Amino acid sequence: MIDRRVASAAEAVADIPDGAAVMIGGFGEAGSPIELIHALIDQGASRLTVISNNTGTGLVGLAALLRAGRVGKVICSFPRTAGSTVFPDLYRAGKVQLELVPQGTLAERIRAGGAGVAAFYTPTGVGTPLAEGKEVRVINGRECVLEYGLRADFTLIKGRVADTHGNVMYHRTARNFAPMMASAAEITIVQAAEVVEAGELDPEAIVTPGIFVDRVVHVPSPQLESALNAAGACYP
Amino acid sequence: MNVGWSREQIAQRLAQDIPNGSYVNLGIGIPELVARFVPAGRTLVYHTENGLLGMGPSPAEGQGDPELINAGKRQVTMMPGSAFFDQATSFAMIRGGHLDLSVLGALQVAANGDLANWSTGADDAIPAVGGAMDLVAGVKRVFVMTTHTTKDGEPKLVERCTYPLTGRAVVDRIYTDLAVIDVTPGGFEVVELAPQVTAEYVEERTGAPLTWNAMLQARH
Repeated sequence: MIDRRVASAAEAVADIPDGAAVMIGGFGEAGSPIELIHALIDQGASRLTVISNNTGTGLVGLAALLRAGRVGKVICSFPRTAGSTVFPDLYRAGKVQLELVPQGTLAERIRAGGAGVAAFYTPTGVGTPLAEGKEVRVINGRECVLEYGLRADFTLIKGRVADTHGNVMYHRTARNFAPMMASAAEITIVQAAEVVEAGELDPEAIVTPGIFVDRVVHVPSPQLESALNAAGACYP
Repeated sequence: MNVGWSREQIAQRLAQDIPNGSYVNLGIGIPELVARFVPAGRTLVYHTENGLLGMGPSPAEGQGDPELINAGKRQVTMMPGSAFFDQATSFAMIRGGHLDLSVLGALQVAANGDLANWSTGADDAIPAVGGAMDLVAGVKRVFVMTTHTTKDGEPKLVERCTYPLTGRAVVDRIYTDLAVIDVTPGGFEVVELAPQVTAEYVEERTGAPLTWNAMLQARH
């Protein structure tokens, strides 16, 4: 019998070590696995490399993980957003490294990492500071830059519903990076608002097949960054 | 003194040039205004790079979903026929040349079509690029919508960009408060002037030579 359920967010993230590379799903607050991130803060792992599109807002979720001093490096496409102050302050103080990646290149690097593609060439970024130091080749008459596949030790994502085999469906634009990140880590952890028995989901409608998922945590009423910030929340 | 088109009028002018049925990505900020001025009878499908095709306007107060947002992280709605997808698929649409048009803002545009729109390169700036480099590299046509000069009166249309580039030779056409300008192999070519704006007025506010299309030449 396959059952990927674990009892709690704390149990799900318990073995993430210092120095781990962690992919975290979400675009803004949509799809941000707040409960898993907060469990990671409680757990205490440090010197993490975080791969995520943004850096969080307010003093909760991703921003709280950064503020707790647990992150040494961020790989990301858009580290500043309205309401995002923690990352900018740490970056200006030289306390966190940034690898800036065009958003499509970030998505494709993660997809490639998960698909066993070591690297690829793309025209995105050619002639810009983000291509400096990278190999450039002319392919079909067009300059392209070499970008490497990206993998991580752990992935934390949020689904709307998952089954006991780890199959996942998402909610609207909360899907964003989750399907690629699920495929690109040694251990993928999903928090889902609903968890059902295998066989209850329509196989035609599953977005992330369970082969990419290792642990499923039931988080019935996930918190949202905007609601927490509106309430003036600060984690921990 | 208000000379030339307002932001809304620039958006309205630009919207006239988008064919019915186009798949369009509107950049965050001023380009979003374009959606308000699509001529009657035309249907455009809006792409937002965080994973939705068929984006609709903002929801009514209290009707929004925090996980139904656009690339600017603001709540939106979905039109009939919409589809959700992941980031790799979304950028396959962009990078694979499937989108018809991208409308972007600009810090600078050069006479050869180089675009700078993501960073001033200042030491204390937090660099952030999002999908801009992917859009200019992959979308079939790239329109820039911008004021002709900065707040301090510096030209945004220049011989060569001094800010970090978003892409090389990627801009097709520029819509400003003063004019509509094509990027051609011969540099900037003015195709239309805003009402009451003279050729000299535009030239004084542009940092590179201008040529004039046949119809404008006839008016001189």
